[in-house]
Amino acid sequence: MLQFYLNDQLVRPAHPAGSTLLDYIRYQQHLTGTKIGCREGDCGACTVLVGELRPDAEGQPVVRYQSMTSCLTPLGNAHGRHIVTVEGLSQAAGQLTPVQQAIVAEGGTQCGFCTPGFVMSMTGHCLHGAATPEAARASIDGNICRCTGYKSLERATDRLTAELLTRDAAPKRLPWLVQQGYVPAYFERMAARLAELRRETVADVAARTGGHLPDANDPAVTPPLTYLLGGGTDLLVQRADDVLAAEVQLLYGHAERCFIREQADGRISLGAATTVEDLRSSELLLGRFPRLRQHLKLVSSTPIRNMATVAGNFVNASPIGDLTIFFLALDARLTLQNAAGEQRQLPLRELYRGYKQLNRQPDEQLVEISFLPPAEGEVFNFEKVSKRTHLDIASVNAAARLRVHDAVIQEAHLSAGGVGPTPLYLRRTSEWLSGQPLTPETLRAAGELAQQEISPISDARGTAEYKRLLLRQLLYAHFLEHFPQQLTLAELL
Amino acid sequence: MHNLDAAGHVRGESQYLDDIPTQRGTLHAAVFGSPLAHGVLDGLSLQAARRAPGVVRILTAEDIPGENQIGGIVPDEPLLAEGHVHFQGQPVALVLAETEAQARAAVKLIEADITPLPVITDPRVAQAQGELIVPPRTFRLGDPATAWADCAHIIEGTAENGGQEHLYIETQGAYAYPTDGGGVRVHSSTQGPTAVQRHTARVLGLGMHKVEIDVVRLGGGFGGKEDQATTWGALAALAAHVLKKPVKLVLPRHDDLRMTGKRHPYSSDFKLGLSADLKLLAYEVTFYQNAGAAADLSPAVLERTLFHACNTYFIPNVRATAYSCRTNLPPNTAFRGFGGPQGMFVIESAIAQAAEQLGVPAYEIQRRNLLADGQVFPYGQRVADCNAGLSWQTAEQKFELAGWQTEVDAFNAQNATKKRGLAVMPICFGISFTKTAMNQARALVHIYTDGSVGISTGAVEMGQGVNTKMIQVAARTLGINPNRVRIEATNTTRVANTSPSAASATADLNGKAVELACRELRARLMRHAADELKLEYEGLEIRDEQVLAAGKPAETDWEKLVSSAYWKRVSLTENAHYATPDLWFDQTEEKGHPFAYHVYGTALVQATVDVVRGTYDVDAVRLVHDFGQSFTPGIDRGQIEGGLVQGLGWMTMEELIYNEQGRLLSNALSTYKVPDLYSVPAVVDVEFLETPGHPNAILRAKAVGEPPLMYGLGAYFAIRNAVRAFRPDVRPAFSAPITPEKVLTSLYAPAAVPAPRHEPATTS
Repeated sequence: MLQFYLNDQLVRPAHPAGSTLLDYIRYQQHLTGTKIGCREGDCGACTVLVGELRPDAEGQPVVRYQSMTSCLTPLGNAHGRHIVTVEGLSQAAGQLTPVQQAIVAEGGTQCGFCTPGFVMSMTGHCLHGAATPEAARASIDGNICRCTGYKSLERATDRLTAELLTRDAAPKRLPWLVQQGYVPAYFERMAARLAELRRETVADVAARTGGHLPDANDPAVTPPLTYLLGGGTDLLVQRADDVLAAEVQLLYGHAERCFIREQADGRISLGAATTVEDLRSSELLLGRFPRLRQHLKLVSSTPIRNMATVAGNFVNASPIGDLTIFFLALDARLTLQNAAGEQRQLPLRELYRGYKQLNRQPDEQLVEISFLPPAEGEVFNFEKVSKRTHLDIASVNAAARLRVHDAVIQEAHLSAGGVGPTPLYLRRTSEWLSGQPLTPETLRAAGELAQQEISPISDARGTAEYKRLLLRQLLYAHFLEHFPQQLTLAELL
Repeated sequence: MHNLDAAGHVRGESQYLDDIPTQRGTLHAAVFGSPLAHGVLDGLSLQAARRAPGVVRILTAEDIPGENQIGGIVPDEPLLAEGHVHFQGQPVALVLAETEAQARAAVKLIEADITPLPVITDPRVAQAQGELIVPPRTFRLGDPATAWADCAHIIEGTAENGGQEHLYIETQGAYAYPTDGGGVRVHSSTQGPTAVQRHTARVLGLGMHKVEIDVVRLGGGFGGKEDQATTWGALAALAAHVLKKPVKLVLPRHDDLRMTGKRHPYSSDFKLGLSADLKLLAYEVTFYQNAGAAADLSPAVLERTLFHACNTYFIPNVRATAYSCRTNLPPNTAFRGFGGPQGMFVIESAIAQAAEQLGVPAYEIQRRNLLADGQVFPYGQRVADCNAGLSWQTAEQKFELAGWQTEVDAFNAQNATKKRGLAVMPICFGISFTKTAMNQARALVHIYTDGSVGISTGAVEMGQGVNTKMIQVAARTLGINPNRVRIEATNTTRVANTSPSAASATADLNGKAVELACRELRARLMRHAADELKLEYEGLEIRDEQVLAAGKPAETDWEKLVSSAYWKRVSLTENAHYATPDLWFDQTEEKGHPFAYHVYGTALVQATVDVVRGTYDVDAVRLVHDFGQSFTPGIDRGQIEGGLVQGLGWMTMEELIYNEQGRLLSNALSTYKVPDLYSVPAVVDVEFLETPGHPNAILRAKAVGEPPLMYGLGAYFAIRNAVRAFRPDVRPAFSAPITPEKVLTSLYAPAAVPAPRHEPATTS
């Protein structure tokens, strides 16, 4: 049975697991502080906090809260968790939390419709975020406000940053936050409550599907349309009505699908349900990709990164999937598992057959991804240009893994999105570059060769001509970023 | 003082349309919109949809008991399509079902039989075919035809601006239910309750007295709910009236984006003449306004384009002509600035082109031609209390324009992959509805026996803080604590025949009415105090809730005074009417005194372009703005920052894309991008220019809603200047928004564009 805490209340909704958390909150619970702005994760008006039991540094179970857009959160993903809406933060009438006070004091609300979303994002930051201005601002990078122009909201986050320095000096964080009124006192009981809930519902996977899984061995039963849902950040944008009516199998948060680890052979493997935020906060990956934070800042927004999974990005098969492009340059290898539990390996570069077409059997699930990180002497770069730099879909994105020694390109692996029906590994250009001297002539020739590998179309993200020009520029950018001593832009023109 | 709504907003307790608790039996509506942009509507297949689960009824034009007409200025817009369809998404049928999901699912089962007709999306094509909404209009001053001979330089060119989606975060919606006596009550997310009332009455064939519109607040409007809320209010009311059930209609974002009109795109031709010493001598401009498929507010928007065609410059010889062109796009409508920004973009483009051809910075031309008292606007109003020069000089000195330009030039000399541009954007904006009759408002003020005060006006709170301003006006006038005062929902039964909350004039008009009503109540209470306490009426006042006689506390305070007045049967209610004085406009001559006053300001804008990728940042906007005597500086600063960023968005990333079939391609938040946290300038300095304000402005605090949007135009020219720092040989077409695509394409344009007359001396 589906059950979770909604604010201070245990709820057991009988609604389909594929229906949205947003609709449940607003229309079943009449908690109207959570607003509907776009239903596609692009405005943040429906942001809630999702708390999950995790061991802290000492191994003690604590609840970690993350901001998520409830419009794209399948109700089933709330199972066993603590969902917090703005009503769940409210103190006694007439009193405001420090987050609410900061927004009021700085004039950070005008029409007010987006405001509860900002309150939730900033509160999530106060619970776990670093006490820096940048981190505070990043917490609201998924919230769109059409009235204020954000400057007043920035001032509000700056005010919080000053206060959070005191938090970090306190012996225990949560009691301090409760004492200061950031969150109500019941937050201190949530770890024990969720632990109890976990004992009650562990292995209760069928409940999380909102019904029962069809018996694959029974030929008499025609299984209804079944969706395998990760974070929901694409499926619920594209076909929320279908998912609502279908059986869903939930992947999100399954411990056996959420991991990042180094293998003995030096490869790094990721569970399919690893989220973008998991990547962003992985010390292992940050060690191997020094610019990882900068690169992933270009990928959607904080709440979406908290939800979206690596496997979802691959299987969704968007020609401009950011993570897909990232991992194509790394030659990632996929482990697929069928209904019988049999596994096979497939290079990511062989996953795509055509537009939204996969080399995958219907019953095969992507369970694991592995890749060899850049070695000593290699560089990795990710580039993305979109109409709006952040929280946007690329016009063109591109990644490169390069090994340059003695002014010679020893090895190059280039990938590009938005320039064909599938995410592309630029095989011919990559192969040709290997062994060439690092000179403007080489790069110009590579830029021309790449043009033969791509077939962009004109759409809302740009004309075909623009995408061709942009790909060339991003290819140059890889080298200008990493080899500024050897190359200048002027030489490339 | 903070916005008094803020506490409710941050607690998530403020109530918006979709938050109103639903009544038992409420039906949910979804709209079937035309799949084609133009054609003959031969029929509809509704059978499958009627059989769909939960569907109760499907309404079409045939079900309208009154007149199928919601056109405001021109009666040219049916509520539901009849005979023809004129734009994609035009409402054709309304599905009523038990749940919203059922209604939406049933809409997908409707098929329309439409014989396609040619689709026009380009205003110039429409104009060439005689497809005009109203006859063209021309404003004239002096005689450009003879002035050209005196010009040392003549610049000709074209400028294009795109439209702009309002993107209020709360979509359009209405919740209607039948009332006792055959009427209907509609909760509507509208800036114009009276417009919804008038058109709903017409559609239902009822008197306006049987249609009640109620508005608590909007989750954003920006002009998008001035006229365009009417469709949804009238549709919900129609269904409630026909079915005798409560009906809710809230547009899903995708429907809102494709069914509603936006800021008008314009295509314009200009010719500008300058003297040898850079004085503007003559200006001819022709505007082709893309009005969409019906008039909506387009004629009024067109008029304001003409009013602001010269921005804040004096040009002695002007001929400005504007065509409102009928195309097969959704009817375009009001959006903050209301045609003014489009007019200003053209004159600023003309000046930029002149500067580039003459090899001088544009601000040298701008500075030499600022308006001054005693001059005359092309529409005949005398320039008075002008702060154009003062705001420019203050900005130039405070922000050190010359030094800033030197820094930018030095940066450009040192950096190969990044280039900077600097631009100055001065503004002048007229305050009043240009339709003189609309400059009226009423306020109904009740003092309750416990001393609390309830106020009703025609003003709609949509984030601009008008309620807080009116509370301030009432509290100051009555001498009481603001927390005693409540602004009621805007309701057509309490205050009738209202003008929409628009034209930046809401606080002035409604605030003045509140002030008049409160003054009358105060005088009445003072007379009562004089009688009761045997005091001299002259010299009586209330301050901080204490009655003072000749400055000394008298033996009564606000609560006691109110109570005793009630027992002496003194009326504690007042209804006041305000009409802005001295306004007139003669449309046959296109001359008059249309504005109560003007607002001025000057912004300096710096942008940096990444010349490898074609991306850019607007780094800093530092501006001086003429607030008059602001009494809510926090709210007014918020209007400047918010308006500025909306203007930046319009000029940079907000790109509406329709294909040749009139289909909106930027039809979601994933394809239509508005500014996010990271795209706003790191530095936004707002300096308050202390001026005496104007007696027509509420408490001498000038209107602040629309003017700041136009500072955003500076970003366009700053980015353009940065592009030209990399490619001095390229002169990009004047085409807004200046997206990363346009920037990159200009940065790497083939060489050899038409050679300028003089090679620019600098690259700025």
